[in-house]
Amino acid sequence: MLKVEHLTKIYEGGTLALDDVSFEVPDGQFLSIIGLSGSGKSTLLRCINRLIEPTEGRIIWNGVDVTKASQEEMRRIRRRIGMVFQHFNLVHRSKVLTNVLQGSLGYVNPALSIINRFPRDQVRKAHQQLSRVGLEEKAAQRADELSGGQQQRVGVARALMQDPEMILADEPVASLDPVLAHSIMQYLELINKEDEVTVLCSLHFLDLVHRYADKAIALNEGKLVFEGPPSEIDDDKFKEIYGQEAERVG
Amino acid sequence: MPLEPKRGLRRTVLFILAMVFGVIVYAYGFDVTDVNLDEIKSETRQTQLVRVLRSLARPDLLTYERVDTATNVTFAMPCPSGGFVPDEPDPDARHITVDPACVEPGGKITVRGTNFSANARGTLYQVPPTSDLELRLDVFQTGENGDFEIVVNTRERGGDQPQFIRAVTRENIGTILNRVEVSQDDNENGVQDPIEMPADGRYTFTVPQALPTTPGLALVDPGRDVAQFITTGDPFQAVNGPAQGDTALPLGEDLGTELRILEVVGGATSGQITLEGDPGTVMSDWRVAIYDSTIGEVATTVIVTDSIVNSPRISKSTTDTWDRIIETVFLAFLATTLGTLVAVPLSFMAARNLMRDISVPMTKLALQLIALPIGVGAGIMAAGWARTISEQLTDSTLLVILGLVVIPILMWFAFRWALPPVEEEPPTPAERGIRAVVIAIASVGGIVVLFLLSSLLVTVGDWLAPRLAAFDFIGSFVASIGDILNAIITLMTALATAGVLMNLAGRLGMWMKGHLPSGFIKVFRIPLAATAGALLAILIGMGIGSLYQITDPLKVYYVPGAVGAAIGLALALRAYQKEQVGIGLSVYYIARTVFNAIRSIEPLVMVIVFVVWVGIGPFAGSLALALHTIAALAKLYSEQVESILPGPIEAVKASGATRIQTIVYAVIPQIVPPYISFTLYRWDINVRMSTIIGFAGGGGIGFLLQQNIRLLNYQAASVNMLAIAIVVASMDYLSSRIRERIV
Repeated sequence: MLKVEHLTKIYEGGTLALDDVSFEVPDGQFLSIIGLSGSGKSTLLRCINRLIEPTEGRIIWNGVDVTKASQEEMRRIRRRIGMVFQHFNLVHRSKVLTNVLQGSLGYVNPALSIINRFPRDQVRKAHQQLSRVGLEEKAAQRADELSGGQQQRVGVARALMQDPEMILADEPVASLDPVLAHSIMQYLELINKEDEVTVLCSLHFLDLVHRYADKAIALNEGKLVFEGPPSEIDDDKFKEIYGQEAERVG
Repeated sequence: MPLEPKRGLRRTVLFILAMVFGVIVYAYGFDVTDVNLDEIKSETRQTQLVRVLRSLARPDLLTYERVDTATNVTFAMPCPSGGFVPDEPDPDARHITVDPACVEPGGKITVRGTNFSANARGTLYQVPPTSDLELRLDVFQTGENGDFEIVVNTRERGGDQPQFIRAVTRENIGTILNRVEVSQDDNENGVQDPIEMPADGRYTFTVPQALPTTPGLALVDPGRDVAQFITTGDPFQAVNGPAQGDTALPLGEDLGTELRILEVVGGATSGQITLEGDPGTVMSDWRVAIYDSTIGEVATTVIVTDSIVNSPRISKSTTDTWDRIIETVFLAFLATTLGTLVAVPLSFMAARNLMRDISVPMTKLALQLIALPIGVGAGIMAAGWARTISEQLTDSTLLVILGLVVIPILMWFAFRWALPPVEEEPPTPAERGIRAVVIAIASVGGIVVLFLLSSLLVTVGDWLAPRLAAFDFIGSFVASIGDILNAIITLMTALATAGVLMNLAGRLGMWMKGHLPSGFIKVFRIPLAATAGALLAILIGMGIGSLYQITDPLKVYYVPGAVGAAIGLALALRAYQKEQVGIGLSVYYIARTVFNAIRSIEPLVMVIVFVVWVGIGPFAGSLALALHTIAALAKLYSEQVESILPGPIEAVKASGATRIQTIVYAVIPQIVPPYISFTLYRWDINVRMSTIIGFAGGGGIGFLLQQNIRLLNYQAASVNMLAIAIVVASMDYLSSRIRERIV
C-alpha cells in the first residue's frame, strides 16, 4: 500500500511542481498518471523514491515513511522499487547484461561490485530477465547497438532485476512508436498481473490509459484534478485535465 | 528592406573609432615590445643571422675527419724579361692556372681551378720564392663542377726565382656510403689526438697482426723506459729491443706503473691488448714491444695511441642527443601515467554534478571531522605494529614468502566471511561487532603483507640487478618499487584508517539522529561542531606554523582553535534552520581552486622547487610535469564528467546503488573515451614540455639544448632541435592514430 499525503514540491527558484497532492495506491494496482507536459508527473514519480526531495508532505510505503528514511534506509527502500524511464537511461557503452545487472547493485556487496564482480546467481538471474523480455541473445552487445524498443525492454529487465514490489514508469513509451508502445505496455501489464507488482505509470495517450490502467489520476499545474477509473474520463474531464483548447487525438 | 542611413552612419563612425583604437593599441604594443626595424636592417645583424641560420641548417650529425690538400702553380713576380711560362699542368688532374702568368708586385691576377671537389671551400695563398711562408690572399668556393675562378691582388713579395700560387682545400674524408679508416684528430691540428684512459680504467686496442703463440710484452713509456715486461708463457730473457737483458715475468707478477697490461688475447690475424690505469692517464706515445718468447727477439712494436676511427662517423652530438631524447620520451611517459592515475579520482571531486547533491547532517559531519585525525593517528600506530611484526620475518626470505602466501589466504577467508556477497537482511549489532574485529585484524594482516611484499621486492631487485647484465635496470626498478611501497604503506594505512573511522563516525551520527530525541541532538551537536571546528583549525594552524616557523603556542594552537570553534558553533546554530551541510560543494570549490592554482604555474617554474628537493635531473622534471598534469587533467576530466548524460546516474541511483557504485556503473563507462582522448592529448603536451623542461634543470634534451645554445654551438643545437622535431611529430602522429583507434 502506497499512501501519498499532502505532497508538495517547490524547486529552488520557486517553481511549484506539486501542490498538496494526496492519493492511495493499493498493492497490485496499475495506476496511470496523466497530465500535460510540466504538470508534475515526473516530479511526483521521483518524489516517491526520493530521487527528488519533496518539500512537504509524507509518502508512506508499506507502513514506512519514505520521506524520513536515512540514506542507508533509502537504499534498502529503493532496491524494492524498480524504475523505467522515458529515455531508457541505459549506459550506452556498457554491455546489455551489465545494464541489467545494475538492477542488483542494491543487493550485492558494494566492495566486490565496484570491481565488476557479481555473484553467479545474480548473473544467471540477469540472463533470465533478459530472456523474459526476449533479448537473451543480445546480452553481450553494447546497449547503444539496440533499437529504441529493445533498449526499453532492457530497461524493464533492469527494473525486474530488483525483484520490485513497485515499478515507477516515467512515460515509458513516449519515445517509441505505437506498436512498440503496446509491446512495452504489455510487458508492464504482465509484470503487474503475474508478479502482482504495483505499477505507477505516467502516460500521454488516453487509449493506453483506457487499455492498461486500473485507475488513473490526473495532474494539472501540480494539482490533483482527477482520481478514478479511466472510463470516467469523458470530454468534460478531458478539458479539465488538458485545458479548454485541447482536442482528443486518441 | 531599405537601409537605415542613420544606423549605417553610426556603424561607420563606430568602425572608424574601432580602427583608430586598434592602431593605438598596436602602436603601444610596438613601443613596449621594442619593435625596432633598424636593428633588422643592420648589416652586422644580418651576417650574424645568416651565420646562425647556416649553422642550424648543418646539424652536426656526423663527424668527418678532414684533410688539407694543396695544389700549386708556378708564377713569377715581377715578369722576367723573356716572359714566363708556367709548368704545364696535367689537364685531367686537379690544377690551377694563373692569368697572367706573371705580374708586377701587387698586380691583379685571375686564378682558375679545375677538377676540384664540388662545393669545396678553400684558401688561396701566395708562396714567395725560397720561403715556407704562405701569404693568405683570399678564400674561394668551388662550383657544382669543381671549378672556381677568382680575381685577387697579389702581395708585393717578388723575387728573381719563380714562386707559387697555392690553393688549399679542406675536405671531408669519406662519405656515408664509403667510410674511410683514419687516425682520430678531433681538434684538427694535423696530429693524432692524445688518447686518455676512459672512465672505467680499461683500454683495449688492436694489434693488426697475429701475435706469437706465447708472446712477451714490454710496455714502454714515452721516455723509452720499460714500465712492465711480462709474458704469457715461461719467463725468458730479451736479447734485443727496449727490454734487452731484462727477464719477462708471468702476467700478474710485474704490476707495472701508472699504466699496465691487463690482458692479452691472440688471434689468427690480429691480437688485442687491454691496458689498465687510472681514468684520464694520457697514453700518448706509450708503446708495446711484442717479443717472441721462444727466441727472445722483438716481433713488432705497436703505438698505444694508434687509434683508428671511421670517417664519417656518428658525432658525439648525435649520441648525446640520442641518450637525452630517450630520457625525454620516458620523462613525458612517467609524468603522463603518474599524473593520469592521480587525476582520475580527483576529477570526480571537481565535478559539480557529482558533488552538488552530497550533503551530510551537522552531527555526522562533526563526528567525521573529529574522527579524521584520530583515524590518521590510529593508522600510523597500526602501520607501526605491522612493521614490527613484519620485521620478525624479513630476516629470512623463506619466511617472507611463506607469510606472503599464508596471510593473504587467511585474509581472503576473513573477508569472505565478514563481507557476504549478498545481504538480504541487515546484520545484528553483535554480528556487526565481530565482523568489525575480524576485518580490523585482517587489515593489519594486509599491512603486514604489504611490508613483506616491499621487503621481498627489494631483495629480489637487488638479487636480480647484477644478474641481468644489460637489463639490470629491471632489477633496480623492482627494488625501487619495494622502497616506494615501504615508504607509502604508513601513509596509505593512515588514510585508510581515517576513512574507515570516518565512515564509522558517520554511521554513529546517523544512528544518533535516528535513535536519540531530536532536542538532545540539537543541543549535543553544538559542542560537537565546536570541537570539530577547533580541531580542524588547529591542524591548519600547525601546518601554517611549521611553514612560517611560528612556535608561539598562542598563535599555533589557541587562536586557530578559538576561531575554528567559533565557526563550528556558528554552523551548528545555523543548522537549526538547515539540517544538512552541503559538504560536496565545499569540496568541489576547494578542489577547483587548488587545481586552478596549480595549473596556472608552468612546469618550468615548478621544476625549480623539485630540483631543490630531488636534485637536477629528469626525476625533478617528471615530478614537475606530473604535478601539472594532475591539475590540468583533473580539470579537463571533471568537465567531461559534468557533461555526461544524467539519465544513467538517475537510473543506477534508483536501483539502490551507493555513491561509489553509481560512479563505477553510471559515470565511468560514459567518460572512458574522453578520458583516453585527453590523456593522449596531455601526453603530446608533456612530450613537448619535457623537451624544454631541462632549461630549468629538469633533465631531458632541453638541458643539452640550453648548453649548446649558451656555448654558441649551433650545429649541435641543431641536432637537438632536429631530434625534438622528430620526436614531437612522431608522438603526435602516434597519439592521433591511437585516438582514432580507441575513441
